[in-house]
Amino acid sequence: MDITRRRLLVLLPAAAVAWRYVLAGTPEASPNYRLTEHWWGMLIDIPKCIGCGSCVRACAEENDVPEGYYRTWIERYHVLDWPVERPEVESPNGGKYGFPPRAEDGKNFFVPKLCNHCAESPCTQVCPVGATFVSPDGVVLVDKNYCLGCRYCVQACPYGCRFINPKTKTAEKCTLCYHRITKGLTTACCEVCPTGARQLADLKNPKDPIHEFLRTHTVQVLKPHMATGAKVFYNGMDGSVR
Amino acid sequence: MQIPVEGFMYPNEVELQWSILIVLYPYITGLVAGAFILASLERVFQVQAVKPTYRLALLTALAFLLVAPLPLQLHLGHPERSLEMYLTPHRSSAMAMFGFVYLWYLMGVLLLEIWLDYRREIVLLSQTTTGALRFVYRVLTLGSSNISERSLRIDERVGYFITLIGIPSAFLLHGYVGFIFGSIKANPWWSSPLMPIVFVFSAMVSGISAVMLLYMLSTRLRGKEIDMCCLDTIARYLLYTFIIDFSLEMLDLLQRIYEADESFRSLDFMVHTRLWTSQVIVQILLGTVTPIVLLGLTQVLRINDIARKRVYGLAGCLTMIGIFAMRWNVVIGGQLFSKSFLGYTTYKMAFATREGLLTAIALMILPFVILWVLVKLLPPWPESASSPSSDVVPAHGTS
Amino acid sequence: MFKDIEHLIRLAAVIALALAAFVILRAAVVPLSFGQYGHYRGAAISEVASRPMAFAGHEACEGCHTDVVDQKKLGKHVVVACEACHGALAKHADDPGSVQPPKLDTAVVCARCHEANSAKPKGFPQVATADHSGGLACSTCHQPHRPKIETAKIETEGKK
Repeated sequence: MDITRRRLLVLLPAAAVAWRYVLAGTPEASPNYRLTEHWWGMLIDIPKCIGCGSCVRACAEENDVPEGYYRTWIERYHVLDWPVERPEVESPNGGKYGFPPRAEDGKNFFVPKLCNHCAESPCTQVCPVGATFVSPDGVVLVDKNYCLGCRYCVQACPYGCRFINPKTKTAEKCTLCYHRITKGLTTACCEVCPTGARQLADLKNPKDPIHEFLRTHTVQVLKPHMATGAKVFYNGMDGSVR
Repeated sequence: MQIPVEGFMYPNEVELQWSILIVLYPYITGLVAGAFILASLERVFQVQAVKPTYRLALLTALAFLLVAPLPLQLHLGHPERSLEMYLTPHRSSAMAMFGFVYLWYLMGVLLLEIWLDYRREIVLLSQTTTGALRFVYRVLTLGSSNISERSLRIDERVGYFITLIGIPSAFLLHGYVGFIFGSIKANPWWSSPLMPIVFVFSAMVSGISAVMLLYMLSTRLRGKEIDMCCLDTIARYLLYTFIIDFSLEMLDLLQRIYEADESFRSLDFMVHTRLWTSQVIVQILLGTVTPIVLLGLTQVLRINDIARKRVYGLAGCLTMIGIFAMRWNVVIGGQLFSKSFLGYTTYKMAFATREGLLTAIALMILPFVILWVLVKLLPPWPESASSPSSDVVPAHGTS
Repeated sequence: MFKDIEHLIRLAAVIALALAAFVILRAAVVPLSFGQYGHYRGAAISEVASRPMAFAGHEACEGCHTDVVDQKKLGKHVVVACEACHGALAKHADDPGSVQPPKLDTAVVCARCHEANSAKPKGFPQVATADHSGGLACSTCHQPHRPKIETAKIETEGKK
């Protein structure tokens, strides 16, 4: 074929476009992991939590979470008889180093908190550029190479689980250890929890034991009136939990 | 930097996300919308009395609109990625859509209206000016030097149409900013259907007040006589808008107090403690009630011109401070309390950092610098307008 | 007539040019995988998924340390993952010979879970360590992999 000037004018731009696709590579996926076969959530069993802080430490180590910021944290509740909306709550360093011993009467318990990976996520709704999103398998993730750091998502989260990483200057939060669960492992926090208070749940997997638990126990989500479609379920949660 | 916390806050909530720069941003866009509405009073609603301020209001709007994106850029973690908002805007995000509303308003409304209104002067100046400035004017003519009577009449019609679209666009511009806050269900201090409307009316108040003060100041500086009829009319419109704005804010407050939902106790405590000075003293008493009373007095009492000017000046200054306080109370106030409703944090404002007080002051001075340049480039004064080349006088803008 | 709207036509041309420039810019700059699954960069999913792990997961430990597994099966700590006490050990699991897990201080590790606190569940074993052991390290009496004291301290399994 003769490479005339006219043909080159057509070929070169076409080749440039094609080359960009080659450079971009094909989207990577773990060989056995199909995005559409999973719908991730978590179960928190409050009566089992002992407030040891292992989960907070493990998360920080697994995910390089900067000191002073928390992808997960534990709250300690001391509930007076009345009014139920105003318990005494503390979370020293997010519970990372445990809690000071207290000997109180009344209702006291620990509540681990993390990103609820909402199906109708308000943080995703407000992101101006599409840097945070709900993945096809139900995990709310942040694309730190695209995030502007405008902080709108941090404002929009009702649960206070997002923060801005001071090093990357982008939004950050619990990823449900996406890099682990897509390889068949569990999250770092669930791995180290000594009492099984935290357990990963795959809501699309009929064999998942948590399914059965959710069907047979009284569970709630945090702030149900916000209608966020939260997928972290709390068993045995008191009405005073904020 | 240890931030003092009272009660309990979720660990990630202690540090404020949006700083004084984000307080500045609605303040500045509010001034834009308000100044434009004042200008459109003359153009569309035929309020002849405010004609002397028409061009000044437009240039003021432009000066502030050009500065408006700066606090946002300085606040971003990655300002170099801000173009993403135009390239891949997330349609469900009020912030993303606002980028287009801003662009539309700047390009499609304000610049176009100014260009059409000034075109005759621009063409004349491109022919008479010497030096580097001549090149600027020539670019502004877009290569066309036709200022025949017919072309100017066409400009007039198109300009009228632009202003007509411009009024709802101005409402959209600042209403959208209100919606950016008002649509956040996670934050009960912000979440309200009234928010866009409150923002629009307080924007109008601040914009009208700004143009009024600028008119008084610039006329004084040029050694000319202030048109009292014009000034009185502006002040009257300021009063009417203020009354609506105040009513809306009181309505929001009364409803909150009456319904007393889950968040009320926490917010009430916050207003009584951390926001007492900025909300009750500065915003409400000094910044709203006092100007309304002062302006109201000028309507019911006979006051001589000099005293009246002083009253307007005082009312205008208090208004500007009061509306700034309102933006502060919305933005900062919305971040001082915990979403658990069990605690409060503190805003530690830095001074000489990227998001500090010094930057905020510089950003507030910048629009006046730009305005000074614009006023030199395109004089808005009634006596600077070019005399018509024929008997036909364009209906507005020159007097 | 045309002459009188010439300036508007020039303006329209400027606007059209700007729009064209925007469209071209967009085609050149927007990442290719954007929009693949939704309004975000599809490639971000694999970027997040390819993060290296710090914790190996108990199954990785159980492959080699079968003796410990057998011990744990006999006691309450069977439900406690290895790395809950021993820390993140993916590096050790990848290269057991050269990466040694750090030695644990039982006074610190055990107290994290078992120090008495009124917010802990009532049935959970907890003690006020100062009164309980009189300052002795927990491993003086308890074997961490099988914590219940059946007989005198079992030394043969070693202090781990």
